[in-house]
Formats: sequence, C-alpha cells, structure tokens
Amino acid sequence: MNERILSVLVEDKPGVLARVSSTISRRGFNIKSLSVGPTHIEGRSKMTIVTELDAVEQVKKQLNKLVNVIKIVELDPEMTIETEVLLLKVSINKETQTSVIEKANLVGAKSVDVGQDYAIFELTESSKELNKFEKLMKPFGIIEMVRGGRIAVQSNL
Amino acid sequence: MTKELLTGAELIVRSLEYLNVSTVFGLPGGAILPAYDPLYDSPIRHILARHEQGAGHMAEGYAQATGELGVVIATSGPGATNLITPLANALMDSTPLLAITGQVASTAIGNDAFQEAYTVGLSMVATKHNYLITDATEIPQVLKEAKYIATSGRPGPVLVDIPKDILNQKTSWVEPKTLDLPGYKPTLEPNPKMIQQAAALIKSSKKPILYVGGGIIHSKSHKELYNLATTHNIPVVTTLMGRGAFPDGHELCLEMPGMHGNYTATTSIQNSDLLIAIGVRFDDRVTANPEFFAQNAKVIHADIDPAEIGKVREAEVPIVGDAKSVLIGLTKALEGSDLDTDNWVSDLKEMKQNFPLSYDQKDDGPLKVPYVLEQLQNLTEEEAVVVSGVGQHQMWISQHWNFTEPNTWLNSGGLGTMGYSLPAAIGAQTAFPDKLVLALDGDGCFQMTCQELITASTENIPIKIVVFNNGNHGMVRQWQKIFYKSKFSASELTHHTPDYVKLAESMGAIGLRMTKKDDVKKIFNEMLNINDKPVLIDCVVDPEDMVFPMVPAGGSNDQIIMNKEDLKQL
Repeated sequence: MNERILSVLVEDKPGVLARVSSTISRRGFNIKSLSVGPTHIEGRSKMTIVTELDAVEQVKKQLNKLVNVIKIVELDPEMTIETEVLLLKVSINKETQTSVIEKANLVGAKSVDVGQDYAIFELTESSKELNKFEKLMKPFGIIEMVRGGRIAVQSNL
Repeated sequence: MTKELLTGAELIVRSLEYLNVSTVFGLPGGAILPAYDPLYDSPIRHILARHEQGAGHMAEGYAQATGELGVVIATSGPGATNLITPLANALMDSTPLLAITGQVASTAIGNDAFQEAYTVGLSMVATKHNYLITDATEIPQVLKEAKYIATSGRPGPVLVDIPKDILNQKTSWVEPKTLDLPGYKPTLEPNPKMIQQAAALIKSSKKPILYVGGGIIHSKSHKELYNLATTHNIPVVTTLMGRGAFPDGHELCLEMPGMHGNYTATTSIQNSDLLIAIGVRFDDRVTANPEFFAQNAKVIHADIDPAEIGKVREAEVPIVGDAKSVLIGLTKALEGSDLDTDNWVSDLKEMKQNFPLSYDQKDDGPLKVPYVLEQLQNLTEEEAVVVSGVGQHQMWISQHWNFTEPNTWLNSGGLGTMGYSLPAAIGAQTAFPDKLVLALDGDGCFQMTCQELITASTENIPIKIVVFNNGNHGMVRQWQKIFYKSKFSASELTHHTPDYVKLAESMGAIGLRMTKKDDVKKIFNEMLNINDKPVLIDCVVDPEDMVFPMVPAGGSNDQIIMNKEDLKQL
C-alpha cells in the first residue's frame, strides 16, 4: 500500500482546519482524503488524513508543530477499520430503471430517492468498493456524486 | 467589593507589563488606537517606527541581540500586511516575536470594512501560532500563552489580532492561569539512549565535525559547546545563523561552511566521517546538492524541532531536545574517553593555511569590502553588535568579521530579507544603549528601509551605519556576471542614486563618506567618536568585486570556485 492513514486529534477551535490544510499545502504534501468531525470528548475533533507513504513522516512532524494539534496516530494498515460514505445520483429511464436499481442493491447500495429520470443511492463502504460502485453506475450517466472522505479507527486485534 | 473595570486596551498594556515587556516597537492607526492611549501612560518604552516592516525588524533585532521576546504593535489592514515580512523572517530564523495587531470591530469582520484584512489567515503560515481575540477577558491569558509559545521550544513569531470593539470592551483583570496547552509540549530533555548511541559514534570517529547553528544561540549553550569541542578536540563549523556560537580565532573554529563559506569549513564536512549536527537544519546554502553533501559521514542530528530531523538528510542518530541539554548529555557520556582526532585537526589546520580567504586591496584602487571590514574591526576595542543586510556584504561580513560572542551577529539568514539591517540595528541598540551597534548594509538594502534613520535620530539611538555603496544590487550583479553573460538586467542603481551623506543629514544623522584607502581609518575614527547621534558612512566600494569562495546553487560542495580564474572553467 502506497498510502497511510493518520488519525489526528485536534482542539475544536476556529481555524483549526485552515491551519491543518495550510500546513499541508505550504509544505507541498499530497493528500488523498481529509475528513473532520466531532469526537465523544468535548472540545476535541478528529481528522482523518490519508497521505502518501513517502510523505507520512514529514506530514506527521509538520502537523505536530501546530499548537492546536494534540495527537497524531498513524494507523496500522493491517488493523484498520476504514469506511466512507457516498451519495450518487444517476440517470434512469424506463428501460434502465430496473437494471440500475438491481445492480446497486446487489452491491449493498441503498436507494434513498427515486424519481422519473433519476435515482439516488447511498453506500457506506471502503473507498475501494466505492470506486467500484462508481464504475458500475458510470454507463448509465452519473449526474452527481458526493463522497464524505475516508474515516478510520484502529481495531484491537 | 466590585472589581476595577478595565478596557481591553488597558488589559493589553497591563499584560505586557505583567510579562516584563519593557520596550515595544510600532506604529498606530485606527483600529489599534485604543491601545495607544493607555500605552502613553505606561512605563513601557514605545519606539515609533516609520513603517510597520521597520517596526517588525526592530523587534527582531531586539530579540536577536537579547535572546528575549521582541514586541511589535501595528494597526489593522495595511499595518498588519506590512508586518508579514518580519513575521516570515522571524519564523525562518526562529526569533521570538510577539505581534499585536488591531482589527476592525468584530461586528464588521468579513464586511470588507475600511482597513480590514484577514490578518489571522494572512499570517497563519508566517507565524508559529496566532490568535483572534473574541472577548477582552481572554487578553491576559492569551498574551501569556503567546509569549510562552514565542519563546519556548523552537522560538518563533506569534501574532495576536484584537478587534477594536474588544479593545474598548470593559471587563476586569483575570490573573492568567497556569498554561495548559495539550498540543504544545516541546521536548527539551533528550532521550538518554540516543545520547549513548551518539557518544558511541563519536568515540569511534576519526574525523568528527561539530556542525552547529542558530540553535546554540537560542538555547544559550555556547559555553557547553565550547566545553565539548575543546575537551575532545573536535573541530567546529558555525553556520550563518550560528556565527559567534563558537569563537572565531580558536584553532578548532573553522567558521562558515556552504555556498560562500570558506574552503576549509565546506571541505571539512565533505571529508568528515561524522557530523555532529546541533541546532542546524541542513539548509540548502550549507549543503548545496544534498546528494553530494558529506557522503562519507554518519550523522548525529540534534534539534528541538523534530520536523527538522530527517527533513533533508537522514540521521543515524536522531536526537530531539534542547541543544543545551544535548551538549551536557554528550559531554557527560564522553567523560574520560580520549578521542583520536589529532591528525584530523592538524590536517584541517594545514588546509586553513593553504586555502585562506583573500582579497586584493590596491593602495590607489577602489575600496574592497573585506579590507574595510578588517580596518573597522581593528579600530573597535569592544565586542560590537554587527547587524547586516542581505547580499554580498552579508557574506563578506560573515567571512571576515571575527565573532567571538553569541548574539553579536544579527542578520536575516533564512528569508534573506533586504532592508533588515537598519531597523534591526535600532532594535539592538534599544536593548543595549551602551554597546557599539554597527549596521553594515548594502546600498540596495539600505534603500528599502532607510526611512527608519529618522526613527533612530528622533529616539536618540546612536547606531553606526556603513552603507557599502557599489551602486548595484551586488549579488544579483555577481550572478548575472557568472550565469547570465554579464547582462545586467535591473541590477544597476547608479542612475539615480541618493547622496547618502545629504540623506543622513536631512534625517538628523551625521553623514560621512569614504572613497579611498587613505580615508578609512580617519573616517572610522570620526564615526566611533560620535555617541549622541546616529552616524552614516557612505562607503564607496568596487562594484566589480565578487564573493568567493562560491558553490553554485544545486552544485556539489566538492567543487568550490575559489576565485575569478576558476570561473573560466564553468
């Protein structure tokens, strides 16, 4: 695997996301995914940052210099539980409708809205599976696609 | 009992007093005006700069000369944007700086109000940390935190932005609490295991070099360095930011390595089998192409900033910690061991004799900067604080001046900020009114911040300025000569150059001029005898002179250009 996932605990203060993203772009690091949300601890947020393997040491060290960054854990690829949410809006018509919904349901995507000429699916899976789903839907005409960014925790195994 | 109500502005001034700040540099304006009202009644000395960039460099000069916090105050919008250069400069050179900026009222933020700039965003990557105050009650706590962050760990600039309505908000003084910064805990004490590993490498080394820089000066550990180097006979190279950390003239001192370093310092690293790198960052001006840098050397790299270790060069022994603790640890771990470095030291001594720095000053020819510098140093009995601009003159000073004490060499090393010298010298002289403070500047640099000469005369700050006037951006000209077939695009200043003597006089300083060898002693003596006013010498020097040795950017430190003759082989 050419990438590493960092789980970054930060203070929930204004501008923290800007500090993290400025540091990343100022140092020229390549970031594959970044997501942020609250944690169970008051005043603490968690960022999940996916970066390239050869940059991971410097990304960790540079982010650690930020006063609002409390802790950075590099997740062990063997022991990581990872997922991402996707919403995908695809074109349908009378001919394709059944096949689109069947295919989507087959990979576990949930149809959250179906109209005359479109369907919206939700899928929560590893990013690899999401890529596959996108490929699967492409021939029918993707109208819009949103991905929530990868999130991960380490398992205890 | 009701508590005394204070405005946010009064809290700032009281906090600065509480933090033992005695001098601030700044320039008022709309948004910061409330703070200037209580400042007027405070014992804190305020130096009014003529430009916020000047104020920022003054605070840097103050900090570099003292090793303590420098403080600068500016207004919102252009006041704050003018501070960006000193902030970026202080970040690069790890100078502890506190910048306080006014901001438009919090109700107006985001509305493109008059003199509004997004100061926190603009300064985010030019500071170590910054704050936007949203309640005046936070002021004492935030300023205490800001000082702590600026001066601890790897020092750097911290900016505190305060909206005008918060400056006017009435609240009471809340004694700052013990600091609790969960994300900021600098590692000071090195890991003992790493110290042992480092000591083992040092013991087995035949050709060690102590490669030291600004970290020694920041951690005030020059004595510990001296002790380690002299006890075990280890030669020392001092980087541009580390000049003065180990005394020039000592037989173990090889002085500055790198792009314009002397032959022996640069080559000693190339020939070394072990680099003991402390408080340095393997800057490209030292390493040239890192692929060819010290190829036969193992590396012990100690720094207080973990991000510096492995950034450019992998270290066999990485040590995170304060340089002072590292040096004490290494000295202890090496106690009783006898390093076999005699041959190495005598080889380098011989190299020094064979490849000295040189210059060619003709009796009736144009003045050469190195000659002028040597004459000036001969005439100064005390240890002067030397403050430089950026370019040829900076390299010549670093090469030819004998630095024997830390904090006596102030310059813009990392960012290379032309215009640094004059305001930084004002800052240094403010800290040390009785010391000899020399602003040794280039004419290109001087023109960037020369309005601060008025600040010096108004405030009776008797700095001594030497403008090395070659009518050119000398280093640009040198590169154009070497790499652009002498096509001097936009590097000549001669068509409309000011009369520096008249300029000095018009700004309340004494102006003098030297143009030939016979002038030098006389004019310098005249300058050194004036102590109640700033003095400026227009020192007219040879525009064709070039700085050697030289390793072209991206080249190998094994291929040093020693003189003009070597250039022909390029």
